[in-house]
Amino acid sequence: MGRRKRLAQTQSGAEGMHSLPALLHRNATRFGDAPAYREKEFGIWQCWTWAETAREIRSIALGFLELGVAKGDHIAVIGRNRPAHYWSMVAAQMVGAVPVPLYQDAVAEEMAYVLDHCGAKYVVCGDQEQVDKVIEIQENLQQVKHILYTDKRGMRKYDHSQMNALDDLMAEGSAGHARFDAELDRRIADIEYDGTCVMLYTSGTTGKPKGVVLSNRNVIESAKNSAEFDHLNRNEDILSYLPMAWVGDFIFSIGQAYWCGFCVNCPESADTMMTDLREIGPTYFFAPPRVFETQLTNVMIRMEDAGKLKQRMFHYFMAHAKKVGGLLLDGKPVGFGDRVKYALGNMLVYGPLKDTLGYGRFRVGYTAGEAIGPEIFDFYRSLGINLKQLYGQTEATVFITVQPDGEVRADTVGVPAPDVELKIDDKGEIHYRSPGVFVEYYNNPDSTASTKDAEGWVATGDAGFIEESSGHLRIIDRAKDVGKMADGSMFAPKYVENKLKFYPDILEVVLFGNGKDRCVAFINIDLTAVGNWAERNNVAYASYQELTANSRVLETICSHVEEVNKSVAADEMLSGCQVHRFVVLHKELDADDGEMTRTRKVRRGFVEDKFSDIIDALYDGSKQVSTTTEVTYEDGRKGSISATLEIIDAPVVPVAQHKVAAE
Amino acid sequence: MLDSSEGYVTEDGRKIGGVVMEMKNITLRFGGVVAIKDISFDIREGEIRAIIGPNGAGKSSMLNVISGFYIPQEGEVWFHGAKRPQMRPYEVARQGIARTFQNIALFEGMSVLDNVMTGRLNYMKTNLFQQAMWKGKAEAEEVENREAVEKIIDFLEIQHIRKTPVSRLPYGLKKRVELARALAAEPKLLLLDEPMAGMNVEEKEDMSRFILDVNDEFGTTIALIEHDMGVVMDLSDRVVVMDYGKKIGDGTPDEVRSNQDVIDAYLGVSHD
Repeated sequence: MGRRKRLAQTQSGAEGMHSLPALLHRNATRFGDAPAYREKEFGIWQCWTWAETAREIRSIALGFLELGVAKGDHIAVIGRNRPAHYWSMVAAQMVGAVPVPLYQDAVAEEMAYVLDHCGAKYVVCGDQEQVDKVIEIQENLQQVKHILYTDKRGMRKYDHSQMNALDDLMAEGSAGHARFDAELDRRIADIEYDGTCVMLYTSGTTGKPKGVVLSNRNVIESAKNSAEFDHLNRNEDILSYLPMAWVGDFIFSIGQAYWCGFCVNCPESADTMMTDLREIGPTYFFAPPRVFETQLTNVMIRMEDAGKLKQRMFHYFMAHAKKVGGLLLDGKPVGFGDRVKYALGNMLVYGPLKDTLGYGRFRVGYTAGEAIGPEIFDFYRSLGINLKQLYGQTEATVFITVQPDGEVRADTVGVPAPDVELKIDDKGEIHYRSPGVFVEYYNNPDSTASTKDAEGWVATGDAGFIEESSGHLRIIDRAKDVGKMADGSMFAPKYVENKLKFYPDILEVVLFGNGKDRCVAFINIDLTAVGNWAERNNVAYASYQELTANSRVLETICSHVEEVNKSVAADEMLSGCQVHRFVVLHKELDADDGEMTRTRKVRRGFVEDKFSDIIDALYDGSKQVSTTTEVTYEDGRKGSISATLEIIDAPVVPVAQHKVAAE
Repeated sequence: MLDSSEGYVTEDGRKIGGVVMEMKNITLRFGGVVAIKDISFDIREGEIRAIIGPNGAGKSSMLNVISGFYIPQEGEVWFHGAKRPQMRPYEVARQGIARTFQNIALFEGMSVLDNVMTGRLNYMKTNLFQQAMWKGKAEAEEVENREAVEKIIDFLEIQHIRKTPVSRLPYGLKKRVELARALAAEPKLLLLDEPMAGMNVEEKEDMSRFILDVNDEFGTTIALIEHDMGVVMDLSDRVVVMDYGKKIGDGTPDEVRSNQDVIDAYLGVSHD
């Protein structure tokens, strides 16, 4: 009986809900008057209830039918986070089509590849800029049948024979409802639990982007599990500002929003995001580390301009928060006196500060994508903001591991999410299996086969290990970057680099040591932070190069390296990765010179070749190295800079020859 | 030449209507200095009309004549088919003419929103007492005008600085706020005095797009003065070229570009 029940459930979907349109219908009937979407427009938050949303989406779907959208057609959506764009995606599902959200800042060529690959016949564009790109692409790609746009501005002069405003499409759809109602209801009823829900293109740092096909099952099960994990309910408010093409936004702003029935708030424009955040005060929030970093920097800068009393109060109570705030949040025992003092601090400092940041109602939130600096992480947590980390991928419908309440740490990414199985293979690569595992890469069986095995296990491409004491997963690095030192111990450059990069003075680090007996590093200083320091300490400098050679700067950097070495030495597996010698580079690593990708990721191999003379000097024990480097200026001209760099020996912590990891 | 009663169709297919404003034999003197010498031209409904010329050619003076700030000693200004009498600036504004300034003239201490709201002055009917009481009529009026202003803020994409004091804004944005204030008056004729002066390439591109969009969306007739030849030639439908207070060319950008007098004025030949 139990088994049969389970079987019945898997066929018809969680709680009988097998698609987003079905969830929409449920929400509109059960709590039709509750807010579903808000968007700030003309300075006012416009609101749509679930009942209204259901009507709007139905109009779009009817419009799609009138356009002749067939089952299985792909409908691309290119634009910023707006209710109409989210609605278009759900409307596409209603008529049996597949929504494909794209990155709106992609240039025309990148977009051309994706549109061609998915064969989109219909495109919903945010504004004239996106329409222009699609028209440009259309010259070579004769497949797009109809373009729709949400913002009418500047569109008057266009040839509308294959183009229409979404508003007008909705009006036409509603007007023709008598003709299409029956067909639409048929199509909604035909949606299958294992049918395609959405197709998302991975950003593709290596090679061409791949279209990840996610089924209704993937999305709904993942949304359900994660919502239950964090006890999300329909009273949540989220701010949707991250790219719609990113899987996270699809799950938070559509999957979880429809599952729980909470409200999605769209900012007025990309530039007003911080103001809108403050006005909405989300209860559930997601941001990459950079958002939190920027906010913290702003707070610190503004505190320096505050009055003496405020400054003293801020620092006094922040010190206290650092001591007990995190413990209180984790529900650990804290003395009565400290609790009273924290409550006072909450009244005077933490509360007002959280309000200013827009986190006054913050109940739970996540950061992911990159490593977050422990100090930044602890700052927010000490204020009582329940910020956690998760680890995920598009292929997993986001969730692989998440941090449960009370077990939050800066250096792990948590335990496997509900229903997720994890395993680490003998090379250290993380694999997972879950209900969220993607169906396939669209039209790419080779890649699908090499990523997902017959039993449904997916290789993440990341190396990591499960901490025995806590059961938490720790990510070390991209699997292809992880190597071995001469003595066989693990070499994981990213781990050490991140630790160094958490210092504001340090912009970029490249660690070398694969196959060698010890590690050496290139360091780039952060001109803004170090320049600021120089100004305050009356250190005169004429150029970046001069600042990098300043002895006091080198001393500071050396002290950072020493601290990092201590913390690396404490780690059993990675103690071999301590930085023995380093140089502060005379130029910033730059994408124009090919040393980095456009997304600011270091190209290790390239850097290793280009600066091989410096690396040699780091290993042969010399005190200085003279080098000449070619640079490319922004206008494409080339020049060269030469410098004599001082090589610095960093203090390392001696490590007893440890056992080689069991193999 | 053009028949004054009919319009023409531009290259990109916009229909330009009849004459909105006509300058007839304008001469303007400051003491002994002749700033404008016997100039005639017209501005048609829906067009973007540029006035260009080297430094000191009399462009700004011309704009001030159009806006009614300077009264020419000779000549007539015809607006909507009637000879315009001597008017005070607010009377000009009520006729539906708005302008921006070469040197930004905003209220520096006020927010962007408040600055743009001042552009709605002609649409506010309540008196000082009613506004002090605020509730009722003044409130309704403010809501109505705020709505119009918000549409313009949205149009010019300055939502993120809505509450920012103007003094804290960079130059390029101040220019945009000035345009917003002029637009708030819902002008029939918009005068722009060097809208791109001092801007970098990107800001110029943005401003050009806004000017074209204003013309396209609201059908506003625009007369602008500009130094940057490239920008003017791309933007305008017809161009008047001035040099030393005289009109030396008038026509489409292509016509003007091939006009020998214009080439001389810009490249420089000796004036005897």
